[in-house]
Amino acid sequence: MTQEMDLNQRFEAYIASDQKIEAKDWMPDAYRKTLIRQISQHAHSEIIGMQPEGNWITRAPSLKRKSILLAKVQDEAGHGLYLYSAAETLGISRDEMLNALHTGKSKYSSIFNYPTLAWADIGAIGWLVDGAAIMNQVPLCKCSYGPYARAMVRVCKEESFHQRQGFEIMLNLSNGKPEQKEMAQDALNRWWWPSLMMFGPNDASSKHSEQNMRWKIKRFSNDELRQRFVDMTVPQAELLGLTVPDPDLNWNEATGHYDFGPINWSEFEQVVAGNGPCNRERIETRVTAHENGAWVRDAAAAYAAKSAERAASQTSAA
Amino acid sequence: MADQEHEWILRLGDDALVLAQRLSEWCSHGPALEEDIALSNIALDLLGQARALLTLAGQREGLGRDEDALAYFRTDREFRNALLVELPNGDFGDTIVRQMLFDQFAVLRYEALASQTVDLELAAIAAKALKEVRYHAAHSAQWVVRLGDGTEESHRRVQESLNMLWPYTAELFEDDAVSKACNEAGVLPLNASFTARWTEQVRAILEEATLTCPESTALLTGGRSGRHTEHLSYMLAEMQVLQRTYPGAEW
Repeated sequence: MTQEMDLNQRFEAYIASDQKIEAKDWMPDAYRKTLIRQISQHAHSEIIGMQPEGNWITRAPSLKRKSILLAKVQDEAGHGLYLYSAAETLGISRDEMLNALHTGKSKYSSIFNYPTLAWADIGAIGWLVDGAAIMNQVPLCKCSYGPYARAMVRVCKEESFHQRQGFEIMLNLSNGKPEQKEMAQDALNRWWWPSLMMFGPNDASSKHSEQNMRWKIKRFSNDELRQRFVDMTVPQAELLGLTVPDPDLNWNEATGHYDFGPINWSEFEQVVAGNGPCNRERIETRVTAHENGAWVRDAAAAYAAKSAERAASQTSAA
Repeated sequence: MADQEHEWILRLGDDALVLAQRLSEWCSHGPALEEDIALSNIALDLLGQARALLTLAGQREGLGRDEDALAYFRTDREFRNALLVELPNGDFGDTIVRQMLFDQFAVLRYEALASQTVDLELAAIAAKALKEVRYHAAHSAQWVVRLGDGTEESHRRVQESLNMLWPYTAELFEDDAVSKACNEAGVLPLNASFTARWTEQVRAILEEATLTCPESTALLTGGRSGRHTEHLSYMLAEMQVLQRTYPGAEW
């Protein structure tokens, strides 16, 4: 017991002095668990997020847009890979994590349970969803767990490129034909509020926040990050000539921030609980891909085993 | 010759574009995350090749059509790809066998194009593409071997894929007035001249994969002259929908 207390004190002091915790360092079980939860959810979000965007690859309106989108969705798959690898350093396997995703035990970002109904949604996702993700993720580059922090450095570089390409799509649409501008406005109307929900519940009702702040897994509160996002994005919407769908949105001279209207938390809870427009389809698509791929993965494993056997028998013969 | 040349480059470009479109349908449906990334990557390379080739084809044609005009505003009857690349993806075995059969051909064709000195622009595109398709060829051949020599189920499935796809391969080696004109101009040898090396290489892969090379001599053809399978028109309807709905819009 005392030994554990010493270890814990040392761990806390280490974190307090802004040093990184590495895979082989001692860490409290709760710290390990919370990181596994957060990193695997983050990886799942990247993988599920491929679906709504992938939905438009085959219909992208020019070959240039098609290659950019294909490259972007491929980046998301790459992020999923490094995040699964970062989580594996904490002693969980990719199979276990995927299983938790497929059975609904582990969550992913709720934003991906909304449908992409038009090409403009690809712009809105890059601009708003990736924009909100960057707000959340840049502070994670300094998170106390080394492998996660390092994975996030690369993820954030790519995400910031994604955000710019999304804005560029919106800019093209806004300067395009009236039907294109209308498409852009419609996408903003549908993605604005779900993007604000991406920062999570208000600080007063956030259940993981306090401990995570102390452990330097989290560095800013949900509400702080949401406010930063609104402050950054509203002028961009003005530049696009689009209207943010919030009648209460107002620049507040006194606070130096935008005031914005109340978020519909019951919608958020519904989507988190599995009742969003695409929850069922997203998981079904993922599970089907996994099941359809089982014979391929089995074949690869069987072939690898045979090859190893042949190599071993050749060595022993020699 | 100018007409024939434009027509010839379209064939190359359409092979790449149509296969890229098919492979991109795999995105988020792959058997493992690594393979999802690999298939997207191959699609991306092919799309890059298609863009360069269609741009060049449009320039040679001289009617002011760019890559998008050619990709989005031609009907299925105007596409010049081989039937093999437009076939639906099927399961992963079908996709990877189709890829192997095509990659082995693409390497030979680009090698020849990269080494000729009659059409330097085409040679430059081919030299870049050759590096890419060599990777694709290694990747698809490895998978065919793994699946053929993997489990009983994978062996059975991939043999079926091979039997189903084999009749579409002969089209790759057909010659007509266009390919003959290109040969005479010194841009590219006749398609038939690739048959022996292709057959030798494919047979070597199939042998390592413990698969049986089909004996079928059936010949399903028509793509080069715009007579396609039922599948291409659906593919184009999906691919072209936004351009056709909002003609003249910039994206």
